[in-house]
Amino acid sequence: MAEKNVQKSLKRNEDPRLLVGKTTFIDDIDLPGMLHVAIKRSDYSHGRIVKLDVEEARKLPGVVAIYTAEDLGDYWRPGPLQVPPPTAIKGSVFHARPLECIAKNKVRFSGEPVAVVVAESRYIAEDALDHIILDVETLDYVGDLEKAIEPGAALIHEDLDSNLAADVVQEVGSWEKAVAEADLVVKRRLEVNRVAGGAMENRGFVAQWDENLQVLNCWATTQGPIPMRNSIANYLGLMENQVRLMNPAIGGGFGPKIMSSQIDDVVIPWIAIKLKRPVKWFEDRRENFLGTTSERDQVHYAEIALKKDGTILGVKDVMYHNTGAYNPYGMTVPLNTQTHTVSNYRVPNFFTEIKMVFTNQMVVTPVRGAGRSQGVFVMERLLDAAAKELGMDVVEIRRKNILSPEEFPLRTGVIGQDFVEGVLDNGNYPAALEKTVETIGYEKFKSEIQPKLRAEGKNVGIGICMFTEGTAVGPYEGAKVMVGVTGKVTVFTAYSNQGQGHYTTFAQVAADQLGVNVKDINVVIGDTGQWQWGVGAFASRGMTLVGTAIHNASLKVRQKALGLASKVLNTPEDELEMQDGVVRVADMPEKFVTLGELAQRSNPTRGTVEEGMEPGLEAASYYGPPHGATGYGCLGMIISVDAETAKPKIERLVMTDDCGTPVNPMIVDGQLHGGLQMGIGEAFYENLVYDDYGQLLSASFMDYLFPQASDMPDKFEINHMVTPSPLNPLGIKGVGEAGVIATPACFMQALEDALNIKGMEIVESSISPSKLYHYMEKAKSA
Amino acid sequence: MKPAPFDYYAPTTVAEAVEKLAELGYAGKVLAGGQSLIPAMNFRMARPGALVDLGKIKELAYIKPQADGSVAIGTMTRDTAVEEDEFIRKNFPIVAETVSYIAHKQIRNRGSFGGAIAHADPAAQIPALAVLLDAKLKVLSTDGERWEDAVDFIIGPFMTTLEPQELLAEVVIPPLPANCGCSYQQVSRQKGGYAQAAAIAKVVMDGDKVKDAQVVLFSVGETPIRTEQPNKVLAGMVPSTELIESVAEYVGANECDPGTDLHGTEEYRRNLVKVLVRRALLDAIERAKK
Ligand SMILES: Cc1cc2nc3c(=O)[nH]c(=O)nc-3n(C[C@H](O)[C@H](O)[C@H](O)COP(=O)(O)OP(=O)(O)OC[C@H]3O[C@@H](n4cnc5c(N)ncnc54)[C@H](O)[C@@H]3O)c2cc1C
Repeated sequence: MAEKNVQKSLKRNEDPRLLVGKTTFIDDIDLPGMLHVAIKRSDYSHGRIVKLDVEEARKLPGVVAIYTAEDLGDYWRPGPLQVPPPTAIKGSVFHARPLECIAKNKVRFSGEPVAVVVAESRYIAEDALDHIILDVETLDYVGDLEKAIEPGAALIHEDLDSNLAADVVQEVGSWEKAVAEADLVVKRRLEVNRVAGGAMENRGFVAQWDENLQVLNCWATTQGPIPMRNSIANYLGLMENQVRLMNPAIGGGFGPKIMSSQIDDVVIPWIAIKLKRPVKWFEDRRENFLGTTSERDQVHYAEIALKKDGTILGVKDVMYHNTGAYNPYGMTVPLNTQTHTVSNYRVPNFFTEIKMVFTNQMVVTPVRGAGRSQGVFVMERLLDAAAKELGMDVVEIRRKNILSPEEFPLRTGVIGQDFVEGVLDNGNYPAALEKTVETIGYEKFKSEIQPKLRAEGKNVGIGICMFTEGTAVGPYEGAKVMVGVTGKVTVFTAYSNQGQGHYTTFAQVAADQLGVNVKDINVVIGDTGQWQWGVGAFASRGMTLVGTAIHNASLKVRQKALGLASKVLNTPEDELEMQDGVVRVADMPEKFVTLGELAQRSNPTRGTVEEGMEPGLEAASYYGPPHGATGYGCLGMIISVDAETAKPKIERLVMTDDCGTPVNPMIVDGQLHGGLQMGIGEAFYENLVYDDYGQLLSASFMDYLFPQASDMPDKFEINHMVTPSPLNPLGIKGVGEAGVIATPACFMQALEDALNIKGMEIVESSISPSKLYHYMEKAKSA
Repeated sequence: MKPAPFDYYAPTTVAEAVEKLAELGYAGKVLAGGQSLIPAMNFRMARPGALVDLGKIKELAYIKPQADGSVAIGTMTRDTAVEEDEFIRKNFPIVAETVSYIAHKQIRNRGSFGGAIAHADPAAQIPALAVLLDAKLKVLSTDGERWEDAVDFIIGPFMTTLEPQELLAEVVIPPLPANCGCSYQQVSRQKGGYAQAAAIAKVVMDGDKVKDAQVVLFSVGETPIRTEQPNKVLAGMVPSTELIESVAEYVGANECDPGTDLHGTEEYRRNLVKVLVRRALLDAIERAKK
């Protein structure tokens, strides 16, 4: 039997090219005659456009054209919604207000595009922005989530009665019953802040219209090439195959790059066709802050009902979810919050309500963690509050309520972002908890180390938090696997790779079925000219969905190869094996045929065609899961705090994670490290802050603090658990978001434990030393 | 984030540079390491008509020990060169230490020692250091040279007495007295980030007693702040922890003016000043005794 590649920490195929700069990022694309775009964005957060004068700007030498919403004529239209309304949930209310590519009549957030300048260089295009006059009759800025839906608030979409964008209630069991039976109900108001995706590469788009061939070539930093291609074709009235969308290399995504039907992919192709010249737009960092979607930002009124012994009877959560000025991405984020609120625990009665609210802020769409972080934050903080009130240990209360392996598969009764009822497929949650508790030495820390440190006047604390990670949701992905005449293999996908390592992990999956070296497998990603079907890189779904499609397609190719080789070698299939790029007779290794030769024979010449023949040593396959696969894990942190300056330091960070079969454990570690870093950023550094007029204050890396390597603990201590998912043949679950989800909750828990000030409870997901100082002062003076 | 159009000149001698500046008048602007000016231009917050780049003028980059024990630093000496210079590390350890807190290595490799003073960012280390150490500044123009004390040179946030046609050429730091200890203390949100509050102390001891105690604060007001209370209370005294604490309390409450910004409230930052002044004094006294 050939040695397997899956579950091996192979070095990444793509790294040599990346390390020497031999790849093509979107901003590397430089076409003859290319024009450059700069976007004029509104400085006002809310108001009616009374004047938009671009005449002076048009006169600037080097300016080729300027377009406003008016100039787009009939081409201008809002939308479409990228994710459909939640009609699967009974009684749900959803007011669809998809994005406007360029604001018309009204601006609804500061940063909203109002005009597009096309010039011979980006410098000139930016010069022209200074000459555009935008006058706005301002309307009240709506930024407070709760006040936004009170009567009398200024209306962001004036055809609606209020700024309520959606209302979705789901209930399992009966919250009222839980309260009736409870010894104790604990209630908290919790806030989750807003963070940026913060990819190293900003967003960009290049379009080139080939007038002779009537084909539009596009390059975009998108996480979803196929949906973006479809949106472009739809807008322009072209056939799908007249639009070729490519993204060979992307410098990070983290969610916001999933968006399409925005100014870039709607307007830039239109300009390229109109002007018959290639056109490039590439965001700079400031524009990324102002013009790219971001996430989190919820307020929760959460309650937990318990028995005296800590048994949970029920949870109730009413959340205000900020969707920003529009809701193009449907309910994905808050539905993720609903499905992740009770995640690891037995909660017989659960009431959850989403009040989605329009505000005059940037649109909210998923950012790594995507709603999950909020749900987990609420649940973990409720458990900590309940433990305090019951005088229980924080680990004990979790032990008491954690789901056991025998309960899986478990139907949660809560419909998720994929519009099907959540099912927790499998896992061993208690084992993850115990493993973390043991690795970090929780008992000893609590009984020996901490008392000693406290006696020395040191503030050091510990936190233990659990999480689930809903991953690998539908609808589907697909891939084609083809053996070439050289014997090398190409895997075709139109998925999108922002650094996840797909060029390697996808190859590992195919290699195992085809018996070829991983380095001999060329993975095509992000080219709709080579593969036509798929959805996109989100919800930690690539490895599971595309990986499974590749696995299944490779199996079909394997069958084809064995069938053909059996004829060539005159040997029954079950006596053949595939290894080292050949099919050979198992006990006569000198009797073989190469895959290359089989590929040649699969392309029959004159006179050799048989009835029913399908050419090509190739096959395609598609995979759409019935529901997502659920990863999970547990985090442990030890934090010390300088109580005088309120500066914390993470002394240890332990994570136990189960993502089913890790196709490449090294790459899984990379995902966990990156996720943890992002979670630490969210808890302690990053914060998108608007002022009282809706201006984003943290619109550069001067004020938006991005976590640096030097801000991280010395090491991340990772424990892997492997419970293969029953949902797919390789047993894979996603892992892209695992690291980020529980980090803020665990950080706050450990901080509280370190400072040990009676009554001090942190009720928000992001804290600065200044905020912590005020928490301490307030609790001390109470 | 592309700058507005500008002209660019790269003289190779000081004489050429001052002539160019005289010719350009208000349209001209000196470009040193560019670590502050270029970002400001990219944000279009600064729109100079012309840049006079000092980068090619070799005669402006040097570290020269003087006969009286002082050191003369050419304005274009990069931060890294100052930080790594043997003479400075030995005779002015506080200079190397303070400079090491500026941003990250990549920025210190470009940023210039004099440029930081000319820029007069209230959150910058070098202007505060120059005030604490009584640095003297040499300013050149086609009219000749003039000398000014750092403390008089800096008149407001990003404001100095420099005229558009003038160039800061040299910074001279007088020698440190015997039995002197210095200490640098700051709190910043991130390693390499601007301080939310910072204090640099210089204490001269006379046996058990304090002879002179100077503390300069920065990032908590419009300019570096030379505090008065430490010397007023401590000079001639044995510095007990109670005395130092009372000085620190006073400075935090009365001798700084930190506002509230995105990263911290005024109250928090006054608290930081108190903590940092105490730590800086204790540490400086400790070092002075060695
Ligand atoms: C990411 C980042 C982080 C930073 N963090 C810090 C920090 O923590 N602490 C800190 O102090 N600084 C920090 N800086 C700023 C950096 O140290 C600056 O470079 C420095 O303060 C200015 O020096 P420069 O040589 O770069 O000046 P430039 O940017 O070239 O010039 C700044 C200003 O001074 C004027 N100027 C410069 N030299 C002269 C001269 N000889 N004569 C007349 N005018 C002159 C220029 O005309 C301009 O107005 C940071 C910069 C960056 C990019």
